[in-house]
Amino acid sequence: MVDASLTMAVSSSFQRRKWVAIAIPAIIFAYLLYAAASFDVLGVAGRARMDNAQNLLSDFWSYKVSVIRDNRNGKVIAAIDADARYSFAPDWVKTQGDVTQIDLGDGNLVTYDAQGARYVVPGYGTISITAPNGKLVLDAPQPLPDWISASDTRVGVTTSAGRFIYTKSKVETQRFFAGWELFFFTFDSPFYGKSFAQLAALAFWDARLDPAQPNWEAMSHDVLTNSLWHHGDVLWAIFETLLMAFLGTFCAALIALPLSFLAASNMMPWRLPRFAMRRVFDFIRGLDALIWTLILVRAFGPGPMTGALAILMTDTGLFGKIFSEALENIDEKQVEGIRSTGANAVQRARFGVLPQVLPILMSQVLYNFESNTRSATVIGAIVGGGIGLLLTQAIQTQKDWEDVAYYLILIVLMVIVIDWLSGIIRRRLIKG
Amino acid sequence: MADLAFAPTPQKRPDLSEPQHAYLRMVRQKRLYGAVLLVLFLLLLASGFRVAENRNAGDFLSGLPMLGAFPSEVLSEGWANRANVPGLALHFVPSLIETLNIATVSTLLGGLCAALLALMSTRGLAPFPRLIPVFRRTMDALRALPDVVIALVLIYVLGGGPIPAVLAISIHTSGALGKLFSEVSENADLKPVEGLASTGARWGQRIWLGVLPQVAPNWASYLLMRFEMNVRASAILGFVGQGGLGADLKVAMQWGQGKYDKVVAIFLILFVTIVVIDRGSDWLRTRLTKGAQHG
Repeated sequence: MVDASLTMAVSSSFQRRKWVAIAIPAIIFAYLLYAAASFDVLGVAGRARMDNAQNLLSDFWSYKVSVIRDNRNGKVIAAIDADARYSFAPDWVKTQGDVTQIDLGDGNLVTYDAQGARYVVPGYGTISITAPNGKLVLDAPQPLPDWISASDTRVGVTTSAGRFIYTKSKVETQRFFAGWELFFFTFDSPFYGKSFAQLAALAFWDARLDPAQPNWEAMSHDVLTNSLWHHGDVLWAIFETLLMAFLGTFCAALIALPLSFLAASNMMPWRLPRFAMRRVFDFIRGLDALIWTLILVRAFGPGPMTGALAILMTDTGLFGKIFSEALENIDEKQVEGIRSTGANAVQRARFGVLPQVLPILMSQVLYNFESNTRSATVIGAIVGGGIGLLLTQAIQTQKDWEDVAYYLILIVLMVIVIDWLSGIIRRRLIKG
Repeated sequence: MADLAFAPTPQKRPDLSEPQHAYLRMVRQKRLYGAVLLVLFLLLLASGFRVAENRNAGDFLSGLPMLGAFPSEVLSEGWANRANVPGLALHFVPSLIETLNIATVSTLLGGLCAALLALMSTRGLAPFPRLIPVFRRTMDALRALPDVVIALVLIYVLGGGPIPAVLAISIHTSGALGKLFSEVSENADLKPVEGLASTGARWGQRIWLGVLPQVAPNWASYLLMRFEMNVRASAILGFVGQGGLGADLKVAMQWGQGKYDKVVAIFLILFVTIVVIDRGSDWLRTRLTKGAQHG
């Protein structure tokens, strides 16, 4: 009976497949459990600093204005980002003598006076702080909620309306507003506070504000030299990152192209050089970008050229492998045709081989350029160049998260634009 | 008699008197353009290199002889203390395992998210066809963020350790793999899916029984390729952030002279691991995409 054995075979094969379908997810799940245990996931969840996350997220969409009193001389300033260079007089801060009233909105009222400071929180009561002999004395309705942190030297209050911090040397009230203030022009620029329509009018047809230079020139100068956001430096850093990726990728392609002929079995009849070349490519790829970067930094010092060279090294190995594989897959007939006309090796390569492989190679190179713009950000962080450096610095100071947000957005935009451009070029290359 | 009124006018006919002439002129022109473009491109590279060199701490020519100095210093010290190296390499195996675990977990998690994102953004398979562009743009954004950047931000929130690295690499992986996965599933044959739908199969069953068997070899091949990349990425992440072999390497490098045998040991096991994983995944990938020899 044929049918019986066939049924047996089919059903046993089904049985096996069923087990595999259950076993593979089970193994993966067990592995993830092991990894979770070895990574101490629960510990991390306990240690997570959610207040940091909140700081970070609020800086993405808002800016803060701090009203600071220096407790030693009683001077009060209201400034953006707590930086005295950007001080101004907001209408929600009123000063009379040595009493300052700050209206945080929704009934939240902060008062600085000679004795200390008071904060009226609606629905809770009045938090009053005095410093009679160098020690802070807190008077607030008991028990203290967890949004008030108090010690002898520092009292902090965080509400939805803002943040209030009292230390011996100063008292600071922070209020948050949506948007990134001073993003284009700082207070010292004549263009500050103008609407978009006004700016357009100034740029195109209105009279010069400064007779020495046209308005659009003054405007771009003021934007680029913005002392809070440093747009000029940031743009230069983006350019440097792109430059690293560009130089690294295309120089690597230029170096790898002739070398890959030595590693392709149909171009290089002798085994030994072919084998040696392939091992060289393997070695270069195997020594990771990280190791190359460290070696190169020692020789050339930090900077964008070192970053470009690090990309060049790793990509030479990669391109050597990809290119030689492409060369091995060419159509030999065209090479033969060229050979029959008496062409030498270089002429055969130029007219028989290159026209066949060039579109594929170019497309590969562009694809790598794309991914290298990302790597250049990372390598920049190690070698100290480009936007990667600015970003790691901004993150490590743990203060200016609006800068981090700005750089992140720029990096994403940069990568998406390069993606899109190289996609267009690649499609044209492949279609011819 | 032929009707000459419809014949092409003599002036408009292509000049066939000297075919080689026209052809050669075209070829020459094309080559000229090609040469000009090439020269422009090389000039661009050279000037770009000058700019980068000016911003660099050391310049190219004076650095070139130094290139061998650091490796030879490290290697000679490593060679002098070669007796220590195997022991040290063994000592760093737990870090290596952590690095590999980071890479594996993030490849698995990222692959899972990528599979979901890919299915959500494939025409004909997506359960919510209206949302296809939303899922595509999500993948683009996830792909655009470099993993180190995500990791540094996460370290600030979650503290040190391997978890920020895992999350960061997973996020990047789900974007990058999602795109590749969706390209594969776009080309999947929809007939099995229709067949299953006609028997009343739910969406999950249609995907599990109709689509996955078709795409599994290619997806697994991409997953392996990503795993290779993620091993490298997790080493770099360790160096920039915390955790695994990269962090050990950073510490050993900071000790400088006298600890270079550690550096050699770490370089060695990193190199061997990467080469072994590359080779293994190469072999597996050819098997997956071309099929095993016995069919």
